[in-house]
This record gives sequence, structure tokens and C-alpha cells, in this order.
Amino acid sequence: MNRLTHSQKTRVCFPPLTLMQMTNPLCTGTMASGEEDRTVEEKETNNKKRTKGAIATAWLTFYNIAMTAGWLVLAVAMVRYYLQKGTHKGLYKNIARTLTFFQTFALLEKYRDFRCCFWCFKGIVRTSVIVIGVQVCSRIFMVWFITNSIRQIQNEESVILFVVVWTITEITRHSFYTFNLLNHLPYFIKWARYNMFIVMYPLGLIGELLTIHAALPYVRRSGMYSLRLPNKYNVSFDYYYFLIIVMLSYIPLFPQLYFHMLRQRRRVLHGEIVVEKDE
Amino acid sequence: MKHYEVEILDAKTKDKLCFLDKVGNIFTFIFTLYPQWYPARQSIRLDPKGKSLKDEDVLQHLPVGTTATFYFRDLGAQISWVTVFLTEYAGPLLIYLMFYFRVPFIYAPKYDFTTSKHWVVHLACMCHSFHYVKRLLETLFVHRFSHGTMPLRNIFKNCTYYWGFAAWMAYYINHPLYTPPIYGEQQIRLALIVFLFCQIGNFSIHIALRNLRPPGSKTRKIPYPTKNPFTWIFLLVSCPNYTYELGSWLGFTLMTQCLPVAAFTLVGFIQMTVWAKGKHRSYLKEFRDYPTLRSPILPFIL
Repeated sequence: MNRLTHSQKTRVCFPPLTLMQMTNPLCTGTMASGEEDRTVEEKETNNKKRTKGAIATAWLTFYNIAMTAGWLVLAVAMVRYYLQKGTHKGLYKNIARTLTFFQTFALLEKYRDFRCCFWCFKGIVRTSVIVIGVQVCSRIFMVWFITNSIRQIQNEESVILFVVVWTITEITRHSFYTFNLLNHLPYFIKWARYNMFIVMYPLGLIGELLTIHAALPYVRRSGMYSLRLPNKYNVSFDYYYFLIIVMLSYIPLFPQLYFHMLRQRRRVLHGEIVVEKDE
Repeated sequence: MKHYEVEILDAKTKDKLCFLDKVGNIFTFIFTLYPQWYPARQSIRLDPKGKSLKDEDVLQHLPVGTTATFYFRDLGAQISWVTVFLTEYAGPLLIYLMFYFRVPFIYAPKYDFTTSKHWVVHLACMCHSFHYVKRLLETLFVHRFSHGTMPLRNIFKNCTYYWGFAAWMAYYINHPLYTPPIYGEQQIRLALIVFLFCQIGNFSIHIALRNLRPPGSKTRKIPYPTKNPFTWIFLLVSCPNYTYELGSWLGFTLMTQCLPVAAFTLVGFIQMTVWAKGKHRSYLKEFRDYPTLRSPILPFIL
């Protein structure tokens, strides 16, 4: 990525795509379309901005196409497995590597977004950054520290549930960004992105919680990832109780995420209706 | 010569009811009109997004023409710094002692009200308690605060931080299964020396900073080394009180060899570095002749 100065960052920045509309003229890769400068001070050349905007847009487009393709591959793999074997047992093991790769790769996007958002909008969208950060962390945590580490729960139905939910959500989301960046957004994709989450999020939540709950007995028995006293660092960590705290933390955090998405939905879909009325 | 005074006269008798020449008078005036906004929670500025005007700013010296528009902002419920400091320091003092005396329901019942067999645990309790008693006394008798108040929600945030960490540290240090430092007496002795040295240093700096400012005033001056050798660090550092504080906690970490203590030291260090950098920057902005050799918190490094 190009080294952007702070002032440039305020104009050519890429906030978490889940929270800012790509069409927001303040913060988008497609600066070429919105030439009016919100920020007044600097006298950079418009060309420099346009080039940086173009490069960033190209990278983002490529990234989203790749992610859409990846999650599609995952979906196809799951369907094929189920059709061949007729059961979901062993399915997770089959797709584990691909899933881990694409879910971890998403960290890259979030880290960059987080850094940019931190510098661009210090204070303004901080809660959103935290909320998105929590979502990413929980995904990574599920994949690396629950399903990949605890073999015995990989055949649970709840695992299939949340994997399916993630796949559908990610395909919708990334294809939305892709089409948006290419300025050819079909309405049904926009509709899907802002409506399917209403069902998908709770389903995903149930899948994740049930999975963690199923993992608890195995964690307790094996004492994995735990550190007991006495030891020379004089600290202890109990993974079992940690998981219980994680489960409890879903209670305050999930509604925030959900209502955040609902607010986005209202802004995007209802904002559009207002425009149509004027015409 | 332009003369800015705001007089409020009684309409009938033309007696002077009120005379506004400082911003502080405006605060009082608004307070009489809106009693729910006591002066500490008022913020008045010339520009809606600008900096707040200070109490002692003289109206005559403000950059305004013949008419002036002030913008008001309610800062929310305020609480005095002294109250916050006393609460956030009294907590760790008492909480640690609860763990030290092994009050019931913390450890297994057979350990209730027992004492640890390791002498380093007793030493750690003394050091920890001494540190917070020192802080409490400094808050009451040494510090001179520039702002009287801070937002109310800060007390919850700060207390959670201090009390939470104190409980976490105290739990492990006073645990029946506590493991003393690997290098034994040598490690503990060195740690104690570091700790005491930094405590005295920290106190010296606080005294030196207090003496910079006459009682009741809010003047700002560059701190310089005094006759006290512990203040000679002012040659190299802008905020040596933070440097010494870091040193104290490093000593305590070494003494107890406890990971939660190390975590607390690290988090404190990060926060103090942020503060030190801010203070250093404001010194540089305010004083043209600020010594260039000084670093914010760690000599030459940070």
C-alpha cells in the first residue's frame, strides 16, 4: 500500500466496508467520481489523488473478487460433499483448510480498515470499529481455537450451521462490494446484503454458541490451553471458564452488531426511497 | 482605546449589579440563570469547535470586535480530581489487604485468614500498601491541580482499571500456591532497592513540581533540576514522575515475579507514555527556550 500522509488518508481511505457505504463520497476508493473536496486545506494535485484512488480501487476490486470466488468454492465443496456422502459427518474436516485460509485472509482487510478508520475518523465511528473488530475476532477465534483445535466437535450440526451461514453472508457481502466498486450493482445483491443478515446473524449466533457449548466437556476433560498453579509466572488460565465468559459476552455484543446492521439497512434502503419520491 | 467591560446595571436605579471582566464571571452569570449547570461543567468558546476559554481569561484581551458571540457547551456531570484520585487509590490499598489476609471466599476455606510462608509476600504487601498510601497523601497534601474537575464517567473507568488490576495481582501474589522468585534473595533485594529508589524519586519530582507553582495560582513554568539529586533527571526527561513510576513497578514485578504485575506495568507504561508525549509537546509549544536534550519519558529513547 502506498504511504499516505495523514491529510491524504482523510480523503482516500477505506473504512470497514461493512460500515460505510462504498458510495460515500467522503471515504471511498472511487475518488475520481467525487471531485468536490470536503477538506479544504491542502493543495495536492488532483492527479495524484486520482492515481492513488485508482490503485486502491483496483486492489479492493481484486480482493473482493478473490474472496467471492473463494467462498463460492467453499460453498460448492460443501454441496458436493453432501451430495456424494449424504451426510455432514466429515464435511468440516474436508473444507477446514480452505475455510481457515479465507477467514484468516479476511483479517488483512479488517486490519487495514481498522488502521485507516482509526486515523480517519478518530472518535466518530469508533464504536463501529470496535463492533466490527469483535466480529472478526470471534470468527477467527471460532475457527482457530474451537473447531480446528477440538476434533470431537467437528461433526456437530451446529458447526455446519454456522459455516453455511458464514458462507452465504460472505458471498453476498463480497459480491456486493465487487459490483459496487465496478459501479454495476444489481438491486437484488443490494437487497440480499441488507436483508439476509436479519435471518443469518441470529442463525450464525446459535450455531456458534451451540458449538462452544458442545466443546465445553472436552475442554474440561483435557484441560487444554490452560495453565495451573503453581508455576514460576504466578498466573493461571482456565480455558473452560474463559469459554464460558466468551459465551456470556455474546449477550451484550451481539445486539450491538445486529442493531448496527439494522441502522445501516435503514439508512441505505430508506435513504433511497426518499430520493425516488423527489423524482 | 477599546474598552471591553460588561456591566449589568439595575434599570431603575442604575446601580451596578454585576460586572463581567473575566470569563469566570460569565460562568457565574450563566449559573445564576441555569442552576443545573454549575460553573465546572460549563464550557464557553469563541468558535463552536474551538478550545474552551479559561476562567481567568480577561474579556478585554479576547480576539473579538465590538460584538462577541460565545458558544456554550455542557460538559456533563463533573467530579473533582481529588475525589477521583482518593477513590481510585483507596481501592487497591484495601483490596490488596483483603487478599493478603486471605479473607474468606477467595481461596479454599482451609486457607482462610492464614498468612503466607514466604517472606517476600509480606514484603510485597508492605511495598504495595506503602505505594498507595504515598499516593493518597500526595493527593491530599502535595499535588496542585490545574483543573478542578473531570467528567463523572471517568471515575468508573479509572476505578475499574485500578481496582481490577489490584485484585488480579493480589490474587496471585497472596495465593497459597505462590512461587517465590527464581533467583531468591538476590532478586528480591535488588528489586526492593529499585522500588525504594524510584519511590523516593517519584516523591521528589512531585515536590519539585509543587514548588514550581505558588499556592492558588495556575502558572506554568519549565521544571528544572534542584539540589535534590533525584531531580537531576529533569536534565534528560520532561516527565520524570512517570519514569520513576515505571521504575517502581518494574521493581515490584521483579520482586514478585508475577505475570499480572508485569501486565499492569506494561499497560501503565503505555498510558504514561501517551501522557508524557502530550505533556512534552505542550511544553515545546508553550516555551520557546525549552531544553532540547529532554525526552518525554525515557532518556534518549522515548
